[in-house]
Amino acid sequence: MEPLSWGQIALQLLIRFLPVWIALLVTFTLSIAFKRRLGLYGKLFDNTIGMVGFGLVMFWVYTALAVGLFDWILTHDPLSTATGMKNKVPGTPMRGAGEDDFAWYLLGGDTLARDVFSRMVEGAWVVIRIAPLATLFAFMVGITLGLPAGYFGGRLDSALSFAANLILAFPVILLFYLLVTPEMVQTGIPSYMAIVLFLFPILFLTVLINARYRTQPARRNVMLAVLLFVLGWAYLSVISDPATPVRFLPAALDLFNVPGGILVVFVSVVFVNAPTVFRIVRGLTLDIKTRDYVAAAQTRGEGPWYIMLWEILPNTRGPLIVDFCLRIGYTTILLGTLGFFGLGLPPESPDWGTTINQGRKLLSIYPHPAIVPAVALLSMVLGLNLLADGLREESLKD
Amino acid sequence: MLLFLLRRVGVMILTALCLSFIVFFLTNLPPNLEKVAKFEGNSRMSDEEVVSWLANNGFAQPMPVRFGEWLGVVPGWTNERDGRITGRCITPERTAETAPRFCGVLQGQWGDSRVFRDEVSTIVGVRLWMTAKLMLWVMLLMVPSALIIGVLAGMREGSKTDRSLSTLSIATTATPEYVSGVILIAVFASSAVGLKWFKGTATAAMEDATFENFFLPVLTISLYGMGYIARMTRASMAEVMTAQYIRTARLKGVSFRNIVLKHALRNALIAPFTVIMLQFPWLLNGVVVVETLFNYKGLGWALVQAAGNNDIDLLLGISVVSVLVVLVTQLISDIGYVYLNPRIRIS
Repeated sequence: MEPLSWGQIALQLLIRFLPVWIALLVTFTLSIAFKRRLGLYGKLFDNTIGMVGFGLVMFWVYTALAVGLFDWILTHDPLSTATGMKNKVPGTPMRGAGEDDFAWYLLGGDTLARDVFSRMVEGAWVVIRIAPLATLFAFMVGITLGLPAGYFGGRLDSALSFAANLILAFPVILLFYLLVTPEMVQTGIPSYMAIVLFLFPILFLTVLINARYRTQPARRNVMLAVLLFVLGWAYLSVISDPATPVRFLPAALDLFNVPGGILVVFVSVVFVNAPTVFRIVRGLTLDIKTRDYVAAAQTRGEGPWYIMLWEILPNTRGPLIVDFCLRIGYTTILLGTLGFFGLGLPPESPDWGTTINQGRKLLSIYPHPAIVPAVALLSMVLGLNLLADGLREESLKD
Repeated sequence: MLLFLLRRVGVMILTALCLSFIVFFLTNLPPNLEKVAKFEGNSRMSDEEVVSWLANNGFAQPMPVRFGEWLGVVPGWTNERDGRITGRCITPERTAETAPRFCGVLQGQWGDSRVFRDEVSTIVGVRLWMTAKLMLWVMLLMVPSALIIGVLAGMREGSKTDRSLSTLSIATTATPEYVSGVILIAVFASSAVGLKWFKGTATAAMEDATFENFFLPVLTISLYGMGYIARMTRASMAEVMTAQYIRTARLKGVSFRNIVLKHALRNALIAPFTVIMLQFPWLLNGVVVVETLFNYKGLGWALVQAAGNNDIDLLLGISVVSVLVVLVTQLISDIGYVYLNPRIRIS
């Protein structure tokens, strides 16, 4: 078997990503065909920068889904090592490859002789699972606290703003070093924080539905009962974990357990992001509450929560959607930072930060194990930033 | 103005107190103390030995009392055992009779580092100087280039220059330090494939900083912050350029060059000033990453060492310093905003 040239490597990579290209092609054809009927999303396709960003983001989303759900794209197992493949350059044929094995290490081998390419695409699955969800939770917390702080003002506002500034004054890495350690998981502090932080989405949705259907008690009660049952059970399953001090749910009722490392990473990322979202929502609320339609709703006799959630919140969606995209990128960067310092995720984890951290030790001799995940992370965050920029430009047009 | 300043300083002190208590609380949780006991005593201590070691060394008191001791508002603990008195303030130089009752931060005693076996104040001082040197060069590189990019992009909104410079600034904000650092080292310093223009480590730069060994770390930190400042400058410049008085000036026949330099620039630079100051917390992050990546032994490197080994006193010292840096820059940004903006200053 001959080593592959750079052209052949590129060709093989194109072939490996075939499912992603097909999915991207379908998405873009459909979206462009129906762009006039798709609102803000459709308008994105009038904007070159937005389209490039959307393409980059969807590339990684589809890659992650293909890897995570169907095991496509992967050429080798991301955790297993092969003899004689240590620090090999991209395109090296695999020694002793069997019939079923892929014949090359497309992007070379790392210091433990694992396939760099497979680890990189598997890393996308780790990031895509954590980053958007963590950002969503941060938004739930930020919105649930930011709306009343801006709307009511006064002592509540001062207290919440002080707390938010307190967290923001912390250098993020110091906070991570304090929160994301095995000792801290042992004390259960991340679990207690999870109890508080995961309560916010339930609180948010309950208040949202209650405020809307308050006048139709029958309908509201059914909706709230279903919601509280489903979310409540999921909530209890998430926070109760036999490995932490918080364990109360019998194993038969416990739907799933989040591995301790992932939970603490998730909680600290939400914790770091929430104050910024809080400040943005608070600022927007302060601005919007002086509008006429808010005064009209107040005159109609609507309750404060109805006004906040159904009058003010929908009108903050433009800036919030843009910030959501940017913040997923920032969360991805934070996850990478955690991996870079070897915090939280297990050392063999294929996520990009951990891989960069392992690759950097031999960076000046064998750059490829660190460069590949670095470029992957860069392209995804760049995609999110370009997407946010495109969205901002398009939403400002009308 | 004075009242505003006093209130801000009051809030600042309160914030610093709260934050140092949080750090104190988190570093003094039982599992962390057990690690300290095993580090200081021996690693095969039984649970009872750990408890007695902690009791003998003043760790068994309630958390608020120990925080007070660290702060210097509660007398340091003393302990008499086998006729020998030990205590928080008692060191080989100061015996039980001459030792002061209080020895905390307020008395200038920051404690001792367990990892470096030195006084925290000395370590923080040395490391802070290293980091200050790095930050100075970062500021000198980042601020002018960001402002130039922003002004060039913002003075003709929507032009080709604007498009390409804006995309460039988006790209730099999307590149965290550990990514740009890795790429820059691979391209400019790698011995295998790279250009070999610069050095991949900055250890030598601590003694004698040259362009060759110091440029890469400075560039790595600057790049991440540069894009953000440039975008803010661009937005603010673009807004100013659409203002009435600029139109008037153009209609009067003032040259474009003069409009930008004499009329627009001053007003356009108010917003970026605040942003530059508020960048400090992020820059501190960058400093930690870059100092680890380039092995430059500054404050960020010391933070990683202290946190990794649960070196309580050193960690507290570094966090107080970094929190103070963040708070002071926030204060400066507020005051500066008031001074730069005539509308606020006069009213």
